[in-house]
Amino acid sequence: MKIAISSTGNELSSQVDPRFGRCQEFIIFDSETLEFEAISNEAINAAGGAGIKAAQLVVDKGAEVVITGNIGPNAFNVLAGADIRVFVGAAGTIQNVIDSYKDGKLQEANQPTSSPGGRGAV
Amino acid sequence: MIISIASGKGGTGKTTISTNLAFSLVQSGRNVQLLDCDVEEPNAHIFLDLENKIKENVFLPVPQIDEEKCTLCGKCAEVCVYNALFIAKDRVMFFPQLCHSCGGCSYFCPREAISEIDRVIGEIGAGDACLTRGSTYGIEFAYGKLNIGEVMAPPLMRKLKKRIDEDKVVIIDAPPGTSCPMIEAVKGSDFCFLITEPTPFGLNDLKLAVETLKVLKIPFAVLINRWNEEYFEVDSYCEKENISIAMRIPLERKIAELYSRGILFSKELPEWQKAFCKLFDFIEALRK
Ligand code: SF4
Ligand code: SF4
Repeated sequence: MKIAISSTGNELSSQVDPRFGRCQEFIIFDSETLEFEAISNEAINAAGGAGIKAAQLVVDKGAEVVITGNIGPNAFNVLAGADIRVFVGAAGTIQNVIDSYKDGKLQEANQPTSSPGGRGAV
Repeated sequence: MIISIASGKGGTGKTTISTNLAFSLVQSGRNVQLLDCDVEEPNAHIFLDLENKIKENVFLPVPQIDEEKCTLCGKCAEVCVYNALFIAKDRVMFFPQLCHSCGGCSYFCPREAISEIDRVIGEIGAGDACLTRGSTYGIEFAYGKLNIGEVMAPPLMRKLKKRIDEDKVVIIDAPPGTSCPMIEAVKGSDFCFLITEPTPFGLNDLKLAVETLKVLKIPFAVLINRWNEEYFEVDSYCEKENISIAMRIPLERKIAELYSRGILFSKELPEWQKAFCKLFDFIEALRK
């Protein structure tokens, strides 16, 4: 199963980027092969709807789980529509977050945690 | 002549100035049209009694997707630079608030699955504002109002501005700030009054507004509302930048009281009526 994590860099030692739509990179981690791929987030400079574009990116990569800091309403809706589970409040390195996910320590989002455009918590 | 009333930040008294200016010019025998372009929060009508009211809805064309024809190829989401479309497993999801009605998606859909339908984003209202009972003078007033949650202010404003009658003195109450809606509102004006207040925030936002107007090449002057002698930086800034201060409205109890009762202060205080008319003379003198 593929997991997409919003990241500030392209390594497992990179820090999680708390923003979903406007994060620097996505780390797509495969929990079966334990391999990962870093893709740069084209949505970062989007005029609007960055969350939706970023969601399209990870959905097209076949991710089934998204891990990030905060998620806005549009991105939340499309990910929910695509049956993707979203975990929020993640912090630390990508490796830490993957471990916390395996240990079931991450919090699953059942609603958006920021307003459109990522302007903080609602 | 088109005069816009703008401000780098909200709450500086744009609407008070616009309505008082409109009223004073009407009293001096001019034909005046007042457009409330603050479409997210139009409030000039609070000060005006409207007659012969009319209202119409404003629409924008947005895509409608025929699921029978759609193959989920993803082309539409790819061409939409505003990211208003998302390809889910079984359908295309559309986010109307993000759509700029560019028509790109329907043009590029290889299956002709997209047609355009009208979506209401707000309304335009108009009427005659009667200022003194029995008087033949009135202000031709119009406002635009975006529905809650809508963000496409510029198209609504363009529609509203189609009502401009250049034979009249047109006063435009622009939305606060210096982003697209403000620019859309002041574009095409012959002159702009920038309203500010004597505080550090006021000065900061004034500077941004000044830069914006310089880029737009619209001549302007500053009007200081709630003026007092405690904070002088706005005055010094204008002096340094060679910007005229066309009026200072002092922080006065009488003015504040009339305002809180929804009464135009120039109606009750004739000296202010004269002062507002002088603003107009001020522009005319500058234009010569
Ligand atoms: S471009 Fe047309 S066919 Fe392709 S996903 Fe969009 S609506 Fe469907
Ligand atoms: S009309 Fe333009 S902005 Fe609206 S969904 Fe289609 S491509 Fe996007």
